[in-house]
Amino acid sequence: MKTSRLASALLLAYGIAILAFLYLPLVSVGLASVSKARYLSFPIRRYNTDWYGEALASDTVRDLLWISLKVAGIVTASSMVIGFLGALAFARYSWRFRKPFQKLILLPIFFPQTVLGLALLMWFNALGIVPSWKTAIVAHLVWIAPIATLIVSIRAFSFDPALEEAARDMGATQWQVLREVTIPLLMPGVVSAGLFAFLLSWGNFPLSLFTTGADSTLPEWLFAKMISGYSPLVPTVGVLTVAGSAILVAAGLILAWALKRLRPTT
Amino acid sequence: MRQRERQLGALYALPLSVFLGLTFLAPILLVAGFSMMPEKVFELAHMPDFSAYRTVLAQGYWKSVAWSLVLAALATLILLVICWPLAYAMAKVFKRFTLVLTIGVVMTLFVSENIRLFGWVLTLMKGGLVEGYVRHWTGLGFDAPLYNVPVIVFGLVYVYLPFMLFPLAQGISMVPDDARQAAYDLGATRWQILREIELPLAMPGIMVGSLLTFVLAAGAMAESKLLGGRAVITIADEVQTAFTYGQNWPLGSALAMVLIAIIGTLAIWAISKADLDAMMGRKS
Repeated sequence: MKTSRLASALLLAYGIAILAFLYLPLVSVGLASVSKARYLSFPIRRYNTDWYGEALASDTVRDLLWISLKVAGIVTASSMVIGFLGALAFARYSWRFRKPFQKLILLPIFFPQTVLGLALLMWFNALGIVPSWKTAIVAHLVWIAPIATLIVSIRAFSFDPALEEAARDMGATQWQVLREVTIPLLMPGVVSAGLFAFLLSWGNFPLSLFTTGADSTLPEWLFAKMISGYSPLVPTVGVLTVAGSAILVAAGLILAWALKRLRPTT
Repeated sequence: MRQRERQLGALYALPLSVFLGLTFLAPILLVAGFSMMPEKVFELAHMPDFSAYRTVLAQGYWKSVAWSLVLAALATLILLVICWPLAYAMAKVFKRFTLVLTIGVVMTLFVSENIRLFGWVLTLMKGGLVEGYVRHWTGLGFDAPLYNVPVIVFGLVYVYLPFMLFPLAQGISMVPDDARQAAYDLGATRWQILREIELPLAMPGIMVGSLLTFVLAAGAMAESKLLGGRAVITIADEVQTAFTYGQNWPLGSALAMVLIAIIGTLAIWAISKADLDAMMGRKS
Protein backbone atom coordinates (compact mmCIF):
# COMPACT_ATOMS: atom_id res chain seq x y z
CA MET A 1 0.00 0.00 0.00
CA LYS A 2 2.49 2.62 -1.16
CA THR A 3 1.31 6.19 -1.34
CA SER A 4 0.89 7.03 -5.00
CA ARG A 5 3.01 9.61 -6.80
CA LEU A 6 0.08 11.95 -7.16
CA ALA A 7 -0.84 11.69 -3.49
CA SER A 8 2.77 12.38 -2.46
CA ALA A 9 2.92 15.42 -4.71
CA LEU A 10 -0.37 16.71 -3.30
CA LEU A 11 0.85 16.21 0.27
CA LEU A 12 4.08 18.03 -0.53
CA ALA A 13 2.10 20.94 -1.97
CA TYR A 14 -0.07 20.93 1.14
CA GLY A 15 3.00 21.04 3.38
CA ILE A 16 4.41 23.98 1.45
CA ALA A 17 1.02 25.73 1.64
CA ILE A 18 0.96 25.31 5.43
CA LEU A 19 4.47 26.75 5.71
CA ALA A 20 3.42 29.68 3.52
CA PHE A 21 0.38 30.17 5.76
CA LEU A 22 2.62 30.23 8.84
CA TYR A 23 5.00 32.77 7.35
CA LEU A 24 2.55 35.03 5.49
CA PRO A 25 1.98 37.43 8.41
CA LEU A 26 5.74 37.82 8.81
CA VAL A 27 5.96 38.75 5.12
CA SER A 28 3.40 41.50 5.75
CA VAL A 29 5.38 42.77 8.73
CA GLY A 30 8.56 42.69 6.68
CA LEU A 31 6.99 44.63 3.79
CA ALA A 32 5.43 47.13 6.19
CA SER A 33 8.82 47.78 7.77
CA VAL A 34 10.30 49.05 4.49
CA SER A 35 7.35 51.21 3.50
CA LYS A 36 8.10 54.90 3.47
CA ALA A 37 4.57 56.01 4.32
CA ARG A 38 3.68 56.91 7.88
CA TYR A 39 0.25 55.29 7.42
CA LEU A 40 0.64 51.89 5.89
CA SER A 41 -1.43 50.80 2.93
CA PHE A 42 -0.74 48.10 0.38
CA PRO A 43 0.40 48.00 -2.39
CA ILE A 44 3.42 49.85 -1.07
CA ARG A 45 4.33 52.77 -3.29
CA ARG A 46 7.74 53.80 -2.05
CA TYR A 47 10.24 51.65 -0.24
CA ASN A 48 13.03 52.80 2.00
CA THR A 49 14.81 51.71 5.12
CA ASP A 50 14.69 54.97 7.07
CA TRP A 51 12.62 53.45 9.84
CA TYR A 52 15.45 51.03 10.57
CA GLY A 53 17.87 53.90 11.03
CA GLU A 54 15.40 55.58 13.32
CA ALA A 55 14.78 52.40 15.33
CA LEU A 56 18.48 51.69 15.77
CA ALA A 57 19.23 55.28 16.78
CA SER A 58 16.41 55.42 19.32
CA ASP A 59 17.35 55.25 22.98
CA THR A 60 14.04 53.59 23.86
CA VAL A 61 14.71 50.71 21.48
CA ARG A 62 18.24 50.36 22.80
CA ASP A 63 16.99 50.15 26.40
CA LEU A 64 14.35 47.60 25.43
CA LEU A 65 16.93 45.55 23.58
CA TRP A 66 19.28 45.60 26.55
CA ILE A 67 16.55 44.54 29.01
CA SER A 68 15.33 41.75 26.70
CA LEU A 69 18.92 40.54 26.27
CA LYS A 70 19.66 40.59 30.01
CA VAL A 71 16.48 38.66 30.81
CA ALA A 72 16.97 36.10 28.04
CA GLY A 73 20.67 35.67 28.85
CA ILE A 74 20.15 34.95 32.53
CA VAL A 75 17.13 32.73 31.79
CA THR A 76 19.28 30.75 29.34
CA ALA A 77 22.17 30.20 31.75
CA SER A 78 19.87 29.28 34.64
CA SER A 79 17.72 26.90 32.60
CA MET A 80 20.78 25.11 31.29
CA VAL A 81 21.92 24.36 34.85
CA ILE A 82 18.47 23.57 36.26
CA GLY A 83 17.53 21.60 33.13
CA PHE A 84 20.70 19.51 33.29
CA LEU A 85 20.18 18.56 36.94
CA GLY A 86 16.43 18.16 36.47
CA ALA A 87 16.88 15.88 33.48
CA LEU A 88 19.10 13.51 35.45
CA ALA A 89 16.36 13.23 38.05
CA PHE A 90 13.69 13.06 35.35
CA ALA A 91 15.24 10.44 33.10
CA ARG A 92 18.39 8.89 34.45
CA TYR A 93 18.07 7.90 38.09
CA SER A 94 15.44 5.67 39.64
CA TRP A 95 14.35 7.34 42.83
CA ARG A 96 11.27 7.32 44.93
CA PHE A 97 9.38 10.37 43.68
CA ARG A 98 10.47 10.24 40.06
CA LYS A 99 6.98 9.86 38.58
CA PRO A 100 5.42 12.67 40.64
CA PHE A 101 8.44 14.84 39.79
CA GLN A 102 7.89 14.21 36.07
CA LYS A 103 4.27 15.24 36.41
CA LEU A 104 5.00 18.35 38.47
CA ILE A 105 7.27 19.56 35.70
CA LEU A 106 4.59 19.31 33.04
CA LEU A 107 2.03 21.42 34.90
CA PRO A 108 3.60 24.87 34.37
CA ILE A 109 3.87 24.18 30.64
CA PHE A 110 0.11 23.65 30.38
CA PHE A 111 -0.73 26.60 32.60
CA PRO A 112 -2.19 29.75 30.98
CA GLN A 113 0.68 32.22 31.00
CA THR A 114 -1.41 35.32 31.57
CA VAL A 115 -2.82 33.83 34.75
CA LEU A 116 0.63 32.66 35.81
CA GLY A 117 2.00 36.17 35.29
CA LEU A 118 -0.79 37.68 37.41
CA ALA A 119 -0.40 35.05 40.13
CA LEU A 120 3.32 35.82 40.29
CA LEU A 121 2.60 39.54 40.46
CA MET A 122 0.39 38.95 43.52
CA TRP A 123 3.01 36.66 44.98
CA PHE A 124 5.83 39.19 44.58
CA ASN A 125 3.55 41.82 46.07
CA ALA A 126 2.80 39.56 49.06
CA LEU A 127 6.53 38.99 49.57
CA GLY A 128 7.23 42.71 49.33
CA ILE A 129 9.33 42.41 46.15
CA VAL A 130 9.04 45.31 43.69
CA PRO A 131 8.67 43.90 40.16
CA SER A 132 11.45 44.76 37.72
CA TRP A 133 13.27 42.93 34.93
CA LYS A 134 14.75 40.67 37.62
CA THR A 135 11.34 39.33 38.64
CA ALA A 136 10.60 38.75 34.95
CA ILE A 137 13.54 36.33 34.94
CA VAL A 138 11.85 34.31 37.68
CA ALA A 139 8.54 34.37 35.79
CA HIS A 140 10.17 33.21 32.55
CA LEU A 141 11.98 30.42 34.39
CA VAL A 142 8.75 28.99 35.81
CA TRP A 143 7.73 28.18 32.25
CA ILE A 144 11.10 27.74 30.52
CA ALA A 145 13.06 25.67 33.10
CA PRO A 146 10.57 22.75 32.78
CA ILE A 147 10.80 22.92 28.98
CA ALA A 148 14.60 22.91 29.21
CA THR A 149 14.40 19.89 31.53
CA LEU A 150 12.25 18.02 29.00
CA ILE A 151 14.68 18.79 26.18
CA VAL A 152 17.72 17.58 28.13
CA SER A 153 15.70 14.54 29.25
CA ILE A 154 15.24 13.40 25.65
CA ARG A 155 19.03 13.17 25.48
CA ALA A 156 19.29 11.62 28.96
CA PHE A 157 16.82 8.87 28.04
CA SER A 158 19.10 7.59 25.27
CA PHE A 159 22.13 7.59 27.53
CA ASP A 160 23.60 4.25 28.56
CA PRO A 161 23.91 4.06 32.39
CA ALA A 162 26.67 1.45 31.98
CA LEU A 163 29.07 4.23 30.94
CA GLU A 164 28.74 5.92 34.32
CA GLU A 165 29.01 2.63 36.17
CA ALA A 166 32.14 1.66 34.24
CA ALA A 167 33.81 4.93 35.20
CA ARG A 168 32.84 4.38 38.82
CA ASP A 169 34.12 0.79 38.82
CA MET A 170 37.45 2.04 37.57
CA GLY A 171 37.70 4.26 40.63
CA ALA A 172 36.33 7.61 39.49
CA THR A 173 34.78 9.78 42.19
CA GLN A 174 31.23 11.03 41.88
CA TRP A 175 32.51 14.43 40.76
CA GLN A 176 34.83 12.88 38.16
CA VAL A 177 31.99 10.76 36.75
CA LEU A 178 29.88 13.87 36.43
CA ARG A 179 32.63 15.93 34.81
CA GLU A 180 34.14 13.30 32.53
CA VAL A 181 31.13 11.21 31.51
CA THR A 182 27.74 12.69 32.31
CA ILE A 183 28.28 16.32 31.33
CA PRO A 184 29.98 15.63 27.97
CA LEU A 185 27.31 13.07 27.02
CA LEU A 186 24.42 15.38 27.85
CA MET A 187 26.05 18.51 26.42
CA PRO A 188 24.20 18.50 23.06
CA GLY A 189 20.89 18.37 24.92
CA VAL A 190 21.97 21.13 27.29
CA VAL A 191 23.00 23.35 24.37
CA SER A 192 19.70 22.88 22.54
CA ALA A 193 17.84 23.53 25.77
CA GLY A 194 19.80 26.77 26.11
CA LEU A 195 18.91 27.76 22.57
CA PHE A 196 15.21 27.09 23.18
CA ALA A 197 15.37 28.94 26.49
CA PHE A 198 16.86 32.04 24.92
CA LEU A 199 14.41 32.11 22.04
CA LEU A 200 11.34 31.49 24.20
CA SER A 201 12.35 34.16 26.69
CA TRP A 202 13.22 36.62 23.92
CA GLY A 203 9.78 36.32 22.34
CA ASN A 204 7.71 35.93 25.49
CA PHE A 205 4.97 38.45 26.11
CA PRO A 206 2.29 37.21 28.55
CA LEU A 207 4.71 36.50 31.40
CA SER A 208 6.68 39.70 30.95
CA LEU A 209 3.51 41.81 30.80
CA PHE A 210 2.78 41.58 34.52
CA THR A 211 6.17 40.86 36.01
CA THR A 212 8.54 43.49 34.62
CA GLY A 213 7.12 46.35 36.68
CA ALA A 214 8.36 49.68 35.35
CA ASP A 215 10.79 48.00 32.95
CA SER A 216 9.67 46.77 29.56
CA THR A 217 10.86 44.10 27.13
CA LEU A 218 10.66 44.32 23.34
CA PRO A 219 7.48 42.21 22.93
CA GLU A 220 5.75 44.24 25.65
CA TRP A 221 6.63 47.53 24.01
CA LEU A 222 5.44 46.20 20.64
CA PHE A 223 2.11 45.16 22.12
CA ALA A 224 1.61 48.54 23.81
CA LYS A 225 2.27 50.29 20.48
CA MET A 226 0.03 47.88 18.55
CA ILE A 227 -3.05 48.52 20.63
CA SER A 228 -2.50 52.28 20.85
CA GLY A 229 -2.62 52.73 17.07
CA TYR A 230 -0.25 52.15 14.18
CA SER A 231 3.35 53.29 14.41
CA PRO A 232 5.83 52.61 11.60
CA LEU A 233 8.35 51.57 14.22
CA VAL A 234 6.25 48.52 15.20
CA PRO A 235 6.94 46.47 12.05
CA THR A 236 10.55 47.68 12.02
CA VAL A 237 11.31 46.68 15.59
CA GLY A 238 9.28 43.49 15.02
CA VAL A 239 11.51 42.56 12.08
CA LEU A 240 14.60 43.34 14.15
CA THR A 241 13.54 40.99 16.96
CA VAL A 242 12.67 38.24 14.46
CA ALA A 243 16.04 38.76 12.77
CA GLY A 244 17.71 38.39 16.16
CA SER A 245 16.11 34.97 16.72
CA ALA A 246 16.75 33.87 13.14
CA ILE A 247 20.47 34.64 13.45
CA LEU A 248 20.64 32.68 16.69
CA VAL A 249 18.83 29.67 15.18
CA ALA A 250 21.10 29.75 12.12
CA ALA A 251 24.16 29.87 14.37
CA GLY A 252 22.78 26.91 16.35
CA LEU A 253 22.11 24.84 13.24
CA ILE A 254 25.57 25.61 11.83
CA LEU A 255 27.17 24.67 15.15
CA ALA A 256 25.26 21.37 15.26
CA TRP A 257 26.26 20.60 11.68
CA ALA A 258 29.91 21.47 12.31
CA LEU A 259 30.08 19.30 15.43
CA LYS A 260 28.62 16.41 13.47
CA ARG A 261 31.23 16.82 10.76
CA LEU A 262 34.06 17.06 13.28
CA ARG A 263 33.10 14.00 15.28
CA PRO A 264 31.45 11.55 12.91
CA THR A 265 31.59 8.65 15.39
CA THR A 266 29.45 10.09 18.20
CA MET B 1 24.32 1.35 43.63
CA ARG B 2 20.54 1.51 44.08
CA GLN B 3 21.03 3.53 47.23
CA ARG B 4 23.26 6.02 45.46
CA GLU B 5 20.83 6.36 42.52
CA ARG B 6 18.04 7.15 44.93
CA GLN B 7 20.03 9.83 46.67
CA LEU B 8 21.35 11.37 43.47
CA GLY B 9 17.89 11.45 41.89
CA ALA B 10 16.42 13.27 44.85
CA LEU B 11 19.40 15.62 45.03
CA TYR B 12 19.26 16.60 41.36
CA ALA B 13 15.51 17.06 41.48
CA LEU B 14 15.85 19.47 44.38
CA PRO B 15 16.66 22.76 42.59
CA LEU B 16 13.75 22.54 40.16
CA SER B 17 11.29 21.18 42.73
CA VAL B 18 12.08 23.91 45.25
CA PHE B 19 11.96 26.55 42.54
CA LEU B 20 8.57 25.40 41.22
CA GLY B 21 7.25 25.04 44.75
CA LEU B 22 8.08 28.67 45.48
CA THR B 23 7.19 30.20 42.14
CA PHE B 24 4.38 28.02 40.81
CA LEU B 25 2.53 26.15 43.56
CA ALA B 26 2.79 28.94 46.17
CA PRO B 27 1.39 31.66 43.85
CA ILE B 28 -1.52 29.37 42.90
CA LEU B 29 -2.30 28.83 46.58
CA LEU B 30 -2.17 32.59 47.04
CA VAL B 31 -4.66 33.05 44.19
CA ALA B 32 -6.88 30.41 45.78
CA GLY B 33 -6.66 32.29 49.08
CA PHE B 34 -7.50 35.65 47.53
CA SER B 35 -10.45 34.19 45.63
CA MET B 36 -12.21 33.57 48.97
CA MET B 37 -11.69 37.11 50.30
CA PRO B 38 -14.30 39.87 50.36
CA GLU B 39 -14.16 41.97 47.21
CA LYS B 40 -11.63 44.74 46.62
CA VAL B 41 -9.24 43.84 49.44
CA PHE B 42 -5.49 43.66 48.88
CA GLU B 43 -4.39 41.40 51.71
CA LEU B 44 -5.37 38.01 53.04
CA ALA B 45 -6.14 39.19 56.59
CA HIS B 46 -9.93 39.10 56.21
CA MET B 47 -12.64 36.53 56.86
CA PRO B 48 -13.26 34.46 53.75
CA ASP B 49 -16.78 35.14 52.48
CA PHE B 50 -16.65 33.74 48.92
CA SER B 51 -18.45 36.84 47.64
CA ALA B 52 -16.19 36.99 44.57
CA TYR B 53 -17.53 33.61 43.43
CA ARG B 54 -21.11 34.89 43.83
CA THR B 55 -20.17 37.85 41.62
CA VAL B 56 -18.74 35.47 39.04
CA LEU B 57 -22.05 33.61 38.94
CA ALA B 58 -24.30 36.67 39.09
CA GLN B 59 -22.51 39.02 36.67
CA GLY B 60 -22.61 36.85 33.57
CA TYR B 61 -18.93 35.92 33.63
CA TRP B 62 -20.01 32.43 32.69
CA LYS B 63 -20.45 33.79 29.17
CA SER B 64 -16.71 34.47 28.89
CA VAL B 65 -15.97 31.03 30.24
CA ALA B 66 -18.37 29.49 27.73
CA TRP B 67 -16.92 31.53 24.84
CA SER B 68 -13.38 30.55 25.74
CA LEU B 69 -14.31 26.88 25.85
CA VAL B 70 -16.33 27.02 22.62
CA LEU B 71 -13.57 28.87 20.76
CA ALA B 72 -10.95 26.46 22.07
CA ALA B 73 -13.07 23.44 21.09
CA LEU B 74 -13.66 24.81 17.58
CA ALA B 75 -9.95 25.57 17.10
CA THR B 76 -9.06 22.07 18.31
CA LEU B 77 -11.49 20.38 15.91
CA ILE B 78 -10.38 22.45 12.93
CA LEU B 79 -6.72 21.81 13.75
CA LEU B 80 -7.33 18.09 14.00
CA VAL B 81 -8.70 18.08 10.45
CA ILE B 82 -6.06 20.44 9.02
CA CYS B 83 -3.10 18.76 10.69
CA TRP B 84 -4.03 15.12 10.09
CA PRO B 85 -2.93 14.89 6.41
CA LEU B 86 0.25 16.85 7.09
CA ALA B 87 1.12 14.86 10.21
CA TYR B 88 0.44 11.67 8.26
CA ALA B 89 2.77 12.79 5.50
CA MET B 90 5.44 13.84 8.00
CA ALA B 91 5.34 10.44 9.68
CA LYS B 92 4.91 8.19 6.65
CA VAL B 93 5.46 9.91 3.30
CA PHE B 94 7.99 12.75 3.41
CA LYS B 95 11.63 11.98 3.90
CA ARG B 96 13.88 15.05 3.99
CA PHE B 97 10.94 17.44 3.82
CA THR B 98 9.87 16.32 7.31
CA LEU B 99 13.01 17.96 8.71
CA VAL B 100 12.41 21.13 6.70
CA LEU B 101 8.82 21.28 7.94
CA THR B 102 9.85 20.61 11.53
CA ILE B 103 12.44 23.38 11.55
CA GLY B 104 10.12 25.72 9.65
CA VAL B 105 7.24 25.21 12.07
CA VAL B 106 9.38 25.32 15.24
CA MET B 107 10.96 28.58 14.08
CA THR B 108 7.58 30.32 14.09
CA LEU B 109 7.25 29.48 17.79
CA PHE B 110 10.21 31.72 18.53
CA VAL B 111 8.54 34.77 17.04
CA SER B 112 6.46 36.57 19.61
CA GLU B 113 2.77 35.73 19.23
CA ASN B 114 2.08 39.48 19.16
CA ILE B 115 4.17 40.06 16.08
CA ARG B 116 2.58 37.17 14.20
CA LEU B 117 -0.95 38.25 15.04
CA PHE B 118 -0.09 41.85 14.20
CA GLY B 119 1.17 40.50 10.88
CA TRP B 120 -2.29 39.02 10.28
CA VAL B 121 -3.86 42.39 11.02
CA LEU B 122 -1.58 43.96 8.38
CA THR B 123 -2.44 41.11 5.99
CA LEU B 124 -6.20 41.17 6.43
CA MET B 125 -7.02 44.82 7.20
CA LYS B 126 -8.59 47.19 4.69
CA GLY B 127 -5.65 48.37 2.63
CA GLY B 128 -3.67 45.42 3.94
CA LEU B 129 -1.65 42.91 1.96
CA VAL B 130 -4.62 40.95 0.61
CA GLU B 131 -7.28 43.61 0.15
CA GLY B 132 -4.74 46.20 -1.05
CA TYR B 133 -3.44 44.03 -3.86
CA VAL B 134 -6.85 42.66 -4.83
CA ARG B 135 -8.15 46.23 -5.16
CA HIS B 136 -5.02 47.29 -7.00
CA TRP B 137 -5.37 44.53 -9.58
CA THR B 138 -9.14 44.17 -9.95
CA GLY B 139 -10.43 47.50 -8.70
CA LEU B 140 -12.76 45.69 -6.31
CA GLY B 141 -12.31 46.30 -2.60
CA PHE B 142 -13.94 44.41 0.24
CA ASP B 143 -14.35 44.81 3.96
CA ALA B 144 -11.63 43.52 6.22
CA PRO B 145 -12.54 40.09 7.64
CA LEU B 146 -11.38 41.29 11.04
CA TYR B 147 -13.02 42.04 14.37
CA ASN B 148 -15.49 39.15 14.45
CA VAL B 149 -15.71 35.68 15.98
CA PRO B 150 -14.50 33.58 13.01
CA VAL B 151 -11.24 35.52 12.81
CA ILE B 152 -10.59 34.75 16.50
CA VAL B 153 -10.93 31.03 15.75
CA PHE B 154 -8.67 31.58 12.75
CA GLY B 155 -6.08 33.22 15.02
CA LEU B 156 -6.24 30.35 17.50
CA VAL B 157 -5.83 27.83 14.69
CA TYR B 158 -2.84 29.77 13.41
CA VAL B 159 -1.09 30.18 16.75
CA TYR B 160 -1.62 26.66 18.09
CA LEU B 161 -0.99 24.67 14.90
CA PRO B 162 2.44 23.38 16.04
CA PHE B 163 0.95 22.05 19.28
CA MET B 164 -1.41 19.82 17.30
CA LEU B 165 0.91 18.95 14.43
CA PHE B 166 3.85 17.47 16.34
CA PRO B 167 1.97 15.21 18.78
CA LEU B 168 -0.21 14.03 15.90
CA ALA B 169 2.82 13.16 13.75
CA GLN B 170 4.30 11.34 16.73
CA GLY B 171 1.05 9.39 17.20
CA ILE B 172 0.76 8.44 13.52
CA SER B 173 4.36 7.24 13.43
CA MET B 174 3.31 4.66 16.02
CA VAL B 175 0.83 3.04 13.59
CA PRO B 176 2.70 0.00 12.19
CA ASP B 177 2.81 -0.14 8.40
CA ASP B 178 2.10 -3.88 8.58
CA ALA B 179 -1.30 -3.29 10.16
CA ARG B 180 -2.30 -0.92 7.34
CA GLN B 181 -0.92 -3.26 4.71
CA ALA B 182 -2.78 -6.22 6.19
CA ALA B 183 -6.07 -4.32 6.27
CA TYR B 184 -5.52 -3.23 2.69
CA ASP B 185 -4.75 -6.79 1.56
CA LEU B 186 -7.93 -7.99 3.23
CA GLY B 187 -9.91 -5.56 1.09
CA ALA B 188 -10.45 -2.62 3.43
CA THR B 189 -11.18 0.71 1.76
CA ARG B 190 -9.08 3.82 2.49
CA TRP B 191 -11.87 5.12 4.73
CA GLN B 192 -12.07 1.84 6.66
CA ILE B 193 -8.31 1.83 7.21
CA LEU B 194 -8.51 5.34 8.60
CA ARG B 195 -11.41 4.54 10.92
CA GLU B 196 -10.48 1.04 12.03
CA ILE B 197 -6.68 1.08 12.05
CA GLU B 198 -5.11 4.52 11.96
CA LEU B 199 -7.37 6.52 14.25
CA PRO B 200 -7.40 3.97 17.11
CA LEU B 201 -3.67 3.25 16.92
CA ALA B 202 -2.72 6.93 16.71
CA MET B 203 -5.07 7.79 19.58
CA PRO B 204 -2.34 8.70 22.13
CA GLY B 205 -1.00 11.36 19.75
CA ILE B 206 -4.51 12.60 18.97
CA MET B 207 -5.31 12.93 22.67
CA VAL B 208 -2.06 14.72 23.54
CA GLY B 209 -2.38 17.13 20.61
CA SER B 210 -6.05 17.89 21.26
CA LEU B 211 -5.59 18.43 24.98
CA LEU B 212 -2.55 20.62 24.54
CA THR B 213 -4.31 22.75 21.92
CA PHE B 214 -7.54 22.96 23.90
CA VAL B 215 -5.86 23.87 27.16
CA LEU B 216 -3.65 26.53 25.61
CA ALA B 217 -6.47 27.99 23.50
CA ALA B 218 -8.84 28.12 26.49
CA GLY B 219 -6.37 30.36 28.32
CA ALA B 220 -5.66 32.60 25.33
CA MET B 221 -6.55 36.25 24.91
CA ALA B 222 -4.19 37.86 22.40
CA GLU B 223 -6.21 36.52 19.44
CA SER B 224 -9.46 38.05 20.62
CA LYS B 225 -7.75 41.32 21.50
CA LEU B 226 -5.62 41.87 18.42
CA LEU B 227 -7.59 40.13 15.64
CA GLY B 228 -11.06 39.96 17.12
CA GLY B 229 -11.19 43.56 18.32
CA ARG B 230 -12.67 42.05 21.48
CA ALA B 231 -15.79 40.87 19.63
CA VAL B 232 -15.71 38.25 22.37
CA ILE B 233 -14.11 38.73 25.79
CA THR B 234 -12.26 35.56 26.78
CA ILE B 235 -11.92 34.42 30.36
CA ALA B 236 -8.20 35.22 30.48
CA ASP B 237 -9.06 38.73 29.34
CA GLU B 238 -11.64 39.06 32.14
CA VAL B 239 -9.07 37.91 34.67
CA GLN B 240 -6.65 40.55 33.46
CA THR B 241 -9.28 43.30 33.47
CA ALA B 242 -10.36 42.45 37.02
CA PHE B 243 -6.77 42.67 38.24
CA THR B 244 -5.69 45.78 36.35
CA TYR B 245 -8.55 48.20 35.55
CA GLY B 246 -10.95 46.67 38.06
CA GLN B 247 -8.43 46.67 40.92
CA ASN B 248 -10.47 43.78 42.29
CA TRP B 249 -8.02 41.07 43.19
CA PRO B 250 -10.52 38.68 44.78
CA LEU B 251 -12.74 38.80 41.69
CA GLY B 252 -9.73 38.29 39.40
CA SER B 253 -8.59 35.42 41.60
CA ALA B 254 -12.03 33.77 41.57
CA LEU B 255 -12.16 34.03 37.77
CA ALA B 256 -8.62 32.66 37.57
CA MET B 257 -9.63 29.76 39.82
CA VAL B 258 -12.49 28.88 37.45
CA LEU B 259 -10.03 28.77 34.55
CA ILE B 260 -7.44 26.88 36.63
CA ALA B 261 -10.08 24.34 37.67
CA ILE B 262 -11.11 23.60 34.09
CA ILE B 263 -7.61 23.50 32.67
CA GLY B 264 -6.12 21.83 35.73
CA THR B 265 -8.67 19.01 35.68
CA LEU B 266 -8.01 18.28 32.02
CA ALA B 267 -4.24 18.61 32.33
CA ILE B 268 -3.93 16.53 35.48
CA TRP B 269 -6.18 13.85 34.03
CA ALA B 270 -4.06 13.69 30.88
CA ILE B 271 -0.75 13.83 32.71
CA SER B 272 -1.78 11.12 35.16
CA LYS B 273 -2.57 8.78 32.26
CA ALA B 274 0.61 9.50 30.35
CA ASP B 275 3.64 7.29 30.85
CA LEU B 276 6.44 9.72 30.11
CA ASP B 277 9.14 7.06 30.26
CA ALA B 278 7.49 5.11 27.46
CA MET B 279 6.61 8.21 25.43
CA MET B 280 10.13 9.60 25.48
CA GLY B 281 11.79 6.26 24.89
CA ARG B 282 13.49 5.36 28.17
CA LYS B 283 15.81 2.44 27.65
CA SER B 284 16.24 0.80 31.01
